[in-house]
Amino acid sequence: MSPPPNLAPKPPASATSHASATGPIVRLEKLRKTYQMGGTSVTALSGLSLEILAGEYLAIMGPSGCGKSTLLNLLGCLDRPTGGQYFLGGQDVSDLDDDALSAIRGARLGFVFQSYNLIQQLSVVENIEVPLFYQDCPEEQARQIATDLARRVGLETRLDHKPFELSGGQQQRVAIARALANDPLVILADEATGNLDSASGREILDIFDDLRQQGKTLIMVTHDLEVGERAKRLIRLRDGELESDLRK
Amino acid sequence: MLAIGEGASFKAQEIIKTLGSQNILLRSQKPGEEEKISNRRDNYVLEYGLTNEDLKRIRNTIPGVETALPARVIREYVWNIAVRVDVDIVGTLPDYPVVRNHQVAIGRFFNQADLDAAETVCVLGTEMVQKLFPLDEPLGKDVRIGENYYRVIGIMEPRTTGAFSEGNLEEAGGAPRDRMFIPLETARHRYGEVLFRRRAGSFESERVALHEITVKVVKSEDVIPVSEAIKDVLEKNHKKKDYAVVVPLELLKKAEETKKIFNLVLGSIAAISLLVGGIGIMNIMLANVTERTREIGIRRALGARRKDITTQFVIESVILSASGGLLGVLLGVLIPFGVSHFAGMRTIITPGSPILAFTISGLIGVVFGLYPALRAAKMDPVEALRHE
Ligand SMILES: Nc1ncnc2c1ncn2[C@@H]1O[C@H](COP(=O)(O)OP(=O)(O)OP(=O)(O)O)[C@@H](O)[C@H]1O
Ligand SMILES: [Mg+2]
Repeated sequence: MSPPPNLAPKPPASATSHASATGPIVRLEKLRKTYQMGGTSVTALSGLSLEILAGEYLAIMGPSGCGKSTLLNLLGCLDRPTGGQYFLGGQDVSDLDDDALSAIRGARLGFVFQSYNLIQQLSVVENIEVPLFYQDCPEEQARQIATDLARRVGLETRLDHKPFELSGGQQQRVAIARALANDPLVILADEATGNLDSASGREILDIFDDLRQQGKTLIMVTHDLEVGERAKRLIRLRDGELESDLRK
Repeated sequence: MLAIGEGASFKAQEIIKTLGSQNILLRSQKPGEEEKISNRRDNYVLEYGLTNEDLKRIRNTIPGVETALPARVIREYVWNIAVRVDVDIVGTLPDYPVVRNHQVAIGRFFNQADLDAAETVCVLGTEMVQKLFPLDEPLGKDVRIGENYYRVIGIMEPRTTGAFSEGNLEEAGGAPRDRMFIPLETARHRYGEVLFRRRAGSFESERVALHEITVKVVKSEDVIPVSEAIKDVLEKNHKKKDYAVVVPLELLKKAEETKKIFNLVLGSIAAISLLVGGIGIMNIMLANVTERTREIGIRRALGARRKDITTQFVIESVILSASGGLLGVLLGVLIPFGVSHFAGMRTIITPGSPILAFTISGLIGVVFGLYPALRAAKMDPVEALRHE
């Protein structure tokens, strides 16, 4: 694998200062991720540079194993890059410790997963409250926010249901409500429609469109071109490198 | 568990209460087995036990002795018309109530005049009163022993000890016989020194001068040295070991020691069961953590720090072990109750022990839940989310 063609001068350390609240909400500088597997190392991302502006609706596509999930995990502060830098809302988060990353996930990021990932023993409203619980939000306020969000995704009648009593589409809507609970900077979705039939998938995408309308920043990984087409910006990865970047 | 040990020590304290910590009890005892075989079914009179000389020696030669109270104890039937009771008739001196700390409840104990005149008066024990005089007032009535009638002049207070009695210090089990008191002189006149007993169809006669001597010392610190001196004196003057020396204080010490050993053994059992229980809890929690790996990943993604995960699982472990502890406390209260009820063993639950047990079980939850909780917290969020 050759290094990515990047002719721009290497950003000096001082360059971090220009990343302010007015700059891009996400900025990646030659982000690298290699996995150690016994003796061999697998490079999942080889020096990816990318800027995402506030309010963008971005889809990431590419063949299996090209590094989409790896990228999303790094963007979601679930993992740390092997090299390069990641600025989130102007803050360099590539070298933070575990507690700081947890704090950032809790305060600035929202996740929507392919398999919904709701906590089975908690009710709909309790699931939506989980991120608020870790932000030490007062109970009553959390209940209020969670109820409002459940209404927003059309589940106001299902507040006390458990996840296994809901359809896949409904579960994914709970997950979206949960991702919105902390009013995050960025919402990250990995194949959010992957497990759903096309009708339920469309419902989810309608919600995403709404969110984009409200100015939320959305990054989603998908295999489905139709889904990718609905986004306002589509980037393609191949072998851990940026292949194309299309804005509409 | 400690309730049984506590009960044993309580029993020893009761012995002290009955006999007094300042007292030493000497009792006549049939000598060893080989005597019996050589004298079987002979007309030989078996002579053994404490003598009036022993009494004199103890009174006169051993310093620190306040009183030495002799008693003859004869087992007989006492009759009131057609009702009879099997009792120990105790011929003794007027200061028995003081020395033995066993007072008269109604009427009076016999006095020096009764003793000197060898009056046929008696003082009844409480239990026999209920059997002999279920309806009427015993004071002033006569009871019959053999051919002789005795006027009832007093009734003793109930003995505080319940299942335990003076006569039964070493004989375990069996309901203790009630005691009836008559002047020592009267006993001498009526019974002489030789007693006949019918045993398994054959007659056995024995000559026992005194069955009991209760020695009261001046200062309670002197109990042990005085008892040693008495043992020396008796050893010199008796060819055979036909007596027993009971020192309540020694009994108490023994009981305390037994209690210590008991508590140690029980404590180790408790420690082992706590360890086993703790490991059980750890296993359950490890399985729980593995089963809920996905949930851990979700919570981490939603902003939970490592210590939030640790706290969550430690709390769950404590809830688990504390509910086990609650069950244990319930059993721990019920089982001693059952032991007292069915085995007749005295048990005492000290008020702190259920609280202690509950606290310890909670702590077990913390200690043994910590490792699984830390393992949960250590998981990598990405791996945890991919689990299953
Ligand atoms: N934990 C890991 N350990 C080792 N290698 C890994 C690990 N995670 C991913 N990889 C490797 O990194 C590369 C990129 O994987 P990634 O999961 O990001 O692909 P993807 O684009 O999400 O694929 P798909 O579309 O199938 O989900 C792959 O070659 C994969 O084998
Ligand atoms: Mg993937």
